[in-house]
Amino acid sequence: MGESMNLMNITQTHYIVLSVLLFCIGAAGVLIRRNAIVIFLCVEIMLNAVNIALVAFSRGLDQNRGEVFVFFVIAVAAAESAIGLSLLILLFRQKKTLDVDEINSLKGNL
Amino acid sequence: MIENVWLITALPLAGFIVIGLLGKRLGEKLSGIIASLFSAAAFVVTILIFMEVLAKEESARKIIVKFFDWIVVGKVNTAVAYQVDPLSLVMTLIVTGVGSLIHFYSIGYMHGDKLSAKYFAYLNLFMFSMLNLVLGSNLLIMFLGWEGVGLCSYLLIGYYYETKEAGDAGKKAFIVNRVGDFGFLIGIFLILFVFGTLEFSELEQLAEGHKSGEMVIFWITIMLFIGATGKSAQIPLYVWLPDAMAGPTPVSALIHAATMVTSGIYMLARLSFLYVKSPETMMIICIIGALTAFFAATIGMFQNDIKKVLAYSTVSQLGYMFMGVGAGAFSAGIFHVMTHAFFKALLFLGAGSVIYALHHEQDIRHMGGLRKKLPITHFTFLIGTLAIAGTPLFSGFFSKDEILWKVFNYSPAIWLIGATGAAITSYYMFRLYFVTFYGEMRYHEHGDHKVHESPLIMTVPLVILAALSLGGGLFGIPHILDFFHMGNLLEEFLHHSVSDSSVVSHGASTEIAMMAMSVILALVGFFISYKVFFKGKRVPGKDEEYSGLPKTVYNKYYVDEFYNIAFVKSIYHAALILWRAFDVFVIDGIVNGVAKLLRNLGGGMRETETGVVHDYMMYMAGGLVSFFVLLFLFFL
Repeated sequence: MGESMNLMNITQTHYIVLSVLLFCIGAAGVLIRRNAIVIFLCVEIMLNAVNIALVAFSRGLDQNRGEVFVFFVIAVAAAESAIGLSLLILLFRQKKTLDVDEINSLKGNL
Repeated sequence: MIENVWLITALPLAGFIVIGLLGKRLGEKLSGIIASLFSAAAFVVTILIFMEVLAKEESARKIIVKFFDWIVVGKVNTAVAYQVDPLSLVMTLIVTGVGSLIHFYSIGYMHGDKLSAKYFAYLNLFMFSMLNLVLGSNLLIMFLGWEGVGLCSYLLIGYYYETKEAGDAGKKAFIVNRVGDFGFLIGIFLILFVFGTLEFSELEQLAEGHKSGEMVIFWITIMLFIGATGKSAQIPLYVWLPDAMAGPTPVSALIHAATMVTSGIYMLARLSFLYVKSPETMMIICIIGALTAFFAATIGMFQNDIKKVLAYSTVSQLGYMFMGVGAGAFSAGIFHVMTHAFFKALLFLGAGSVIYALHHEQDIRHMGGLRKKLPITHFTFLIGTLAIAGTPLFSGFFSKDEILWKVFNYSPAIWLIGATGAAITSYYMFRLYFVTFYGEMRYHEHGDHKVHESPLIMTVPLVILAALSLGGGLFGIPHILDFFHMGNLLEEFLHHSVSDSSVVSHGASTEIAMMAMSVILALVGFFISYKVFFKGKRVPGKDEEYSGLPKTVYNKYYVDEFYNIAFVKSIYHAALILWRAFDVFVIDGIVNGVAKLLRNLGGGMRETETGVVHDYMMYMAGGLVSFFVLLFLFFL
C-alpha cells in the first residue's frame, strides 16, 4: 500500500499547480510561437490544463459536475480540432505558409 | 341635419384625397367632375342646414356642434367644433355656391391641361380649408383654415410652375401673407392671455366685461387687423394680390376675388363684439379701407392686363368692405362680401372666357370687338360691369351704397374718398369693357385659332352668376327703397351674430341725396369712359408712351420697387452677411469640428487593428489579466 500512500500525498494543490503550469505553458506558446499548428497545439494544452483543474475540484468537492464539464470540453475540443485543422490545411494551400504573422489580411490572395 | 355639419368640410376633403391619390388614373376630365360633384354636394348640405336654421327661432339660430376636445391645457380647452349661425352660414353658402360654379367652369377652362387633376385636388383642398375658416367655433380652427387657404393659394398661384413669373408670384403671396399671419397669431396669443379662451361664444360673453377703449383690446384688435390686411389685401400688404393673377383664371375668381380674400372681413365681423370696444381700431380700419379703395382704383385706371384691372378692382372693393366695417356696419360689409363674390366671380370668369377664346391673350390692347364673337360672355360681363359700377337695381349698388351711407354718417371726409373711388371704379370698369368688347378686333386669328364662344360648361356658370349679380341686392334693400316691405333680409338675418355699431344720424332725405350722388358719380365715370373709349375709340397706348403722373400710377406708384429696396434687398443682404460670417464659420465650424474630432479619434483607434493574430491575442491576454488585477484590487 506504499504506492497508494504516496498517491495520497498528492493533494489537490498539486493538481492545481500542475494545471496552472500547463495553462501558462499553453498561453505562453499561443502568445509567442508563430507556427499556426504549434499555436493550435498550445490551445489544446490550455484546454487540458483546465480539464485537470475541473477534475481536481470535482474530486475535492466530492461531486461530479466538474467531470461532466470535462466531457463537454473534450467533445468540443475534438470538434474544434477537426475544423481548425482542416482550416489550417486550406490556409496552407492558399498561402504556402503557416506563419501567423504572414496571415494578416482578410483578402484572399495577397 | 345640423349635427351633420361636418359633411360640409368632409366632402371637399374626400374629393381632395380621392383626386390627390388617384388623379393620374382618373384623368383630367373625370377628376374635374369628381371635384365639382363633391363641392356641389357640400353646397346641397349647406342649403339643407340653412333651411333648418331658418325654421328656428331667431334667438336659437346659433348652434355649436362639438366633435371632440382637441387641446386641453390647464384651464384652456380648445375643441374641434363648428359654429353654425347666420354669419357662418352666409359665408358657407357663398363659398360652396360660388365655389361649385367655379369648379364646373374649371372643367371647361382647364380642358387639355395634362396636370389638371392636381389643380382640382388643390381646389378641393382650398374649399376644405376655407370652410374650416368659416365654420370653426374658435380662433384656432379659424387659424388652421386661415393657413390652409394661404397654402392652397400659394399652390394654385404657382400652378404654372414652369414660368418664373408664376413661381415668384406664389412665393410673394405666401411671404406677404406670412407677415400678416404673424400679426394674427400675436392677436390670438393676446386673446388667450387676456381671456383664457379662444371660443367665440365665450369670448363674446367675456368681452362684455371690458370697457370701451381699453388698451389691451386695442392691441388685440389691431394685431388681428394686421392679419386681415395680409389675407384681404389692404394697404400695406396688398401687393401680393395683383401678382397672384399668374394663376389660372378660375383660381383668381374663386380665391383671389370671391372667397379667400374676404376672410379678413369675415374675421372682423366674427369678432365684431371685440372691435366695437375699440373705437381707435375702427377708425384705423376705416381709414385704411378708404385709402386702399381709392389708391387701388387709381392704379386700376391705367392697367392693360384684363386680369390686373380686375385684381386692382378687387383690392379696391375689399377696401370698401373694410371701410364699412370700420364705420361699424359689419353686416353691410358682409353684404358687400356677398354681392362682390357674385359679380367679381362673374367678371373673372368672363375674363377667363375671353382669355380662353383668345388662347391666353390677356392684354386688352390686343382684344377689341369681341361682343359679336362672344355673345354670352359679352352680355354677362356687361352685367358684372354694371353691378360693380353701382348701377341702380344691380346688386353692387345696394351693398356699396349701404356702406357709403354708413360711412357718411361716420365721417363725411372718408365718405368723400370712397365716393371718388366709386366714380373711378365706374370709369376703369367701363374702360375695360369698351376696350375689350367694342371697337375693332385687334386679335389676329390665324390657322385653326378661330375665336369662338366658350363651351356650355363655362357659359352656364356665367349666366347663373349674372343672375345673382343682378338680383343679389334683393337680400339687402335699404329701408327707404323698400317698396314691397321685404325688409333688409340679410341684416335681419345677421342681426344676432354680428354687433353692428354704426349710428345713422342723418335723415332719409340725406340718404336719398347720397344715393343720387353716388349714382351721379358712377355716371360721370361711365361718361368719361364712354367718350374716350367708345366714341373716341381710343386704345391704351404702348408702355413707353406713359409719362408723368400716369406713368407713376401705371407702375403702381412704385410700391413694389420701394418694398423691394426697403425689405427684400435689406433682408437679403443681412442674410448674406449671416450666411458668410455666422453660417460658414460658426455653424459649419461646429459641425465640421465634430466630424474632424471623430475622424481623428477613429484614425488613432485604427492603428490597433493590425490584422496580426498575435496582437489580438496580446490584447485579449492583457485585458483578462488587467480585469483580474482590478477585481482583486477593488473587490476582494
